[in-house]
Amino acid sequence: MLAWTIYLSFAGALIEAVLPKGKAGLARWFALTIAVLGLLHAVGGYVQGFGQGRVTIIDAQWVPAMGIHYLLAADGISRVLVLLTGLAAVAGILFSWNVEHRTNEFFAFYLALIGGVYGVFLSYDLFLLFVFYEIAIVPKYFLIAIWGSTRREYGAMKLALYSFVGSAMVLIGLLAAYTASGSHSTSLVALAHAGLPVSFQMWCFPLVFTGFAILAGMWPFHTWAPTGHVAAPTAASMLLAGVVMKLGAYGCLRVGIGLFPHGLDPWGVSYLGIGSWRDVFALLAVIGIVYGALVALAQTDFKFVIGYSSVSHMGFVLLGLMTLNQIGVTGAVMQMFSHGIIAGLLFAIVGRVVYDRTHTRQFAELETMHLARRLPFAAWAFVIAGTASMGLPGFSGFVAELQILIGAWMARPWWTVAAGVGIVIGVAYTWRALQKAFFSDAVPTAHELEAEHGHKFAAITWPEITGVTLLAGTSLLVGLYPRLLLDQIEPAVKALLAGGVQ
Amino acid sequence: MNYIDLFRATLPETALEVAVLVVVIADLAFLRKAALQTRVAVAALLGVAGCAASLWAVTATGPYALGGDLILTAGGATGVAQAGILVLTALTLLLFIGAGFTRNVGEYVAVVLMAAAGGLLIAAAQDLLVIFIGLELLSLSLYIMTAFAKHSDKSAEAAMKYYLFGGMSAAFLLFGFSYLYGITGSTNLHQIQLAIYTQNAMNAAPMLYVAIVLIAAGLGFKVAAVPFHLWAPDTYEGAPTPAAAFIASVSKVASFALLISIAASASHVFDGQSVASSVTAQVIAAGTGSRPVYLGFSAPWTLILVVFATASMVLGNLAALAQTSVRRLLAYSAIAHAGYMLLGLAFFTKTPVSTDAILYYILSYGLTAIGAFGVVGVVERASGSDKLDAFLGLHKRNPLLAGVLLVLFLSLAGIPPLVGFWAKFNLFAAVLSDAAGPVPFLLVALAVAMSAVSLYYYLQVLKRAYVMNAADDAPLHVHPVTMAVLVAIAAAVVVLGCFPALLQSWIAGF
Repeated sequence: MLAWTIYLSFAGALIEAVLPKGKAGLARWFALTIAVLGLLHAVGGYVQGFGQGRVTIIDAQWVPAMGIHYLLAADGISRVLVLLTGLAAVAGILFSWNVEHRTNEFFAFYLALIGGVYGVFLSYDLFLLFVFYEIAIVPKYFLIAIWGSTRREYGAMKLALYSFVGSAMVLIGLLAAYTASGSHSTSLVALAHAGLPVSFQMWCFPLVFTGFAILAGMWPFHTWAPTGHVAAPTAASMLLAGVVMKLGAYGCLRVGIGLFPHGLDPWGVSYLGIGSWRDVFALLAVIGIVYGALVALAQTDFKFVIGYSSVSHMGFVLLGLMTLNQIGVTGAVMQMFSHGIIAGLLFAIVGRVVYDRTHTRQFAELETMHLARRLPFAAWAFVIAGTASMGLPGFSGFVAELQILIGAWMARPWWTVAAGVGIVIGVAYTWRALQKAFFSDAVPTAHELEAEHGHKFAAITWPEITGVTLLAGTSLLVGLYPRLLLDQIEPAVKALLAGGVQ
Repeated sequence: MNYIDLFRATLPETALEVAVLVVVIADLAFLRKAALQTRVAVAALLGVAGCAASLWAVTATGPYALGGDLILTAGGATGVAQAGILVLTALTLLLFIGAGFTRNVGEYVAVVLMAAAGGLLIAAAQDLLVIFIGLELLSLSLYIMTAFAKHSDKSAEAAMKYYLFGGMSAAFLLFGFSYLYGITGSTNLHQIQLAIYTQNAMNAAPMLYVAIVLIAAGLGFKVAAVPFHLWAPDTYEGAPTPAAAFIASVSKVASFALLISIAASASHVFDGQSVASSVTAQVIAAGTGSRPVYLGFSAPWTLILVVFATASMVLGNLAALAQTSVRRLLAYSAIAHAGYMLLGLAFFTKTPVSTDAILYYILSYGLTAIGAFGVVGVVERASGSDKLDAFLGLHKRNPLLAGVLLVLFLSLAGIPPLVGFWAKFNLFAAVLSDAAGPVPFLLVALAVAMSAVSLYYYLQVLKRAYVMNAADDAPLHVHPVTMAVLVAIAAAVVVLGCFPALLQSWIAGF
């Protein structure tokens, strides 16, 4: 059932490409249909998966000479992320309902990207995973370069090159692991069983982990993320923050930690408290959390605030992975889901609901527009999304970050302290953005009121309401009843930590 | 000397030569009054028919030996390369139909077929003299093809540069061959390799190095490896499109087939020898006591290839970043691709893994390059320029052509699931499977990093085609045959990429 998410998306992309030009409505409805069908399959697969471990979906010979299989399988982690992809895909299409320029191509690239993302989450053959991972790069470039805004060609090229460099590192690690294992199979299970020597894992792990973590926005390789997010059209920035960064984090977990668990072993020497790759990456994650939050605090562009907040929140995911304990890694997967939903919502509000009406994202200009009064829907939606992003109880972010912090405390207490600072700054930048964009103190003058009257913002449309409801509702639902996800994640994490991917 | 055997062994070449005569006679005797379009179509189709006949002959041909020394091989890697040469030649002939740069149609097709015959010969040759004759037949034909656009100054200039460089490199090659013959007393590749290990070559090591360097220079020119690459950008830029496509594909396939023959003869040097001579040779090879360690042909050859490969990968990719002409860009990218393949040749396995991987790479690269030049040729005819800006707004002017360009360039960049990606993966896996240790691994890492660089310049072209606005929105018309060929190539790139085992098992099973 889950495999159909991939096929539907790619078939949809192909059909979009050949649909008659100039019929934007048809293209939209078709894309929405495909995305909803994909989501239904994802939900179906998710529900079926309760109480099951890893389920092999399909296993066929692909390149017999090299032992490469077309092997799709799903465990709890995969199912959660596939579900996230389905939700983000539907929401992204709802928020790009007003794309009029080359609509067919937009949705063709969009669905191709989604197909690649589904593929990564479901692949259990390292090679297949890599193929899907690379398939996702090219559509991103075109989505940003053609339909983007601020410095779009620069942002798009930067993102494409960062992604490609990251995947080149992964490819080198993949080739090395493939030849070192001598098992003539690229299945994740076979490679994990191959007993790769510790010395090999010691250098291959950081290579592969960094390669994936570039896409997860790990400091100091995060700089593609803010520029890319800002340049991207709304739907693309929703996908970038919502699922594409998760591809990186998922790769770190599944391939990095899953295949090379001994790469995290202590070196035997330690300097300034750093004695293993685990310490190195945890340190980078913590820097990312605090640095991202601090930079977000200083932005004058609304979308940059969200862009840097993504860097900060993805730092939590990486920190959670580096705790290497049950609760921390569970929290990391939870945070992937939660951040996917919340970042998508934030980008949708900033990029679609606000920007498409005000045509500015500068706080200085937004302050004079009195948006709380003129766009109450946007203001309320942002209050909800901001609250969720801060990690207040009742929303998904709370459950996720709490688990990561507990896990980090169990591993190294100072990680928790530093990450806690990041949370506090997170509250500050969210409040600042909220206040500057929507609730400024300036009282409108009579002249301004008159001007406002003459220039009313376009009314809020149904796709926007549906999209906000979908995303905010999901975050609330997960926040109130986290077992919905935890029941899937926990056994999968347990299995993964117990013995790599075995 | 058995002429029946010789005839049977050269059946593919003979078929092409017969086709040459048929084309020339048909064009000059029967179609003198016909319209140019008809002449082009008839000549190209006759040429394709000749290729088809020759392709059939490739499967039926056998090896040819003289006095126990193999002169021409057949089947295996040779068969694959020959079949590839013929298919790619046929594709360039079909592209010729829509190109229209000359009125001397019969002559052009005849020269193309002769060049292909030269390619077939060097793919099969196991003897220095036959190799040289085949190379000269190929090279001379290529010079003529480059100069074929008589009204274009650029074409003449390109041909002159190509000819001067080519003549020089042929001289180097022949000089190297003569040294090799002097040292070993044989012109047969296998005998030469054996003699280098077992006979008096020990005392002639410096001379051998000179010979190897000269030969590497000559062959490095053929595959446009740095530092013998200078002709490539000019030739690719000036030659008529079908000729440039031929140089980029068929000539490369033939040259790499030759390099594979040499590498295979070096790695299989003791096959079929008695144990005693093999042991002696290995003792000599490994060096005993105070004697210098001397590894015969392979060690210096590997070193030279590694230098070529590294220089080609780095310089080709970096120079391509700065190009504004798409043809020159393709030339530098061809240099880079040659660098990857030379890496595969430098770390050549005794098992067929390397041979198969290099053939896979060169065939898929040749196919993609023909398509890429086809697209460039179409755009150039419409806008009169091959600059990057000629591609502006291509997606609006001709969406199908833009789609073909997208597929081909992404394949060249090595994006899965297109065939170029599998070619790279196969090749790098073959390199790593041959030799463990940091050197091959670092070189592969460099190659992968460089292919990440290459994405930038391929995207520069695609950005013009898809992202930026057109200066001129007029639809771009393409000759239907050209379009069909290009779409077929793009489809093949996608299908072979999605099912990589197809091409792999075909190569392995030939």
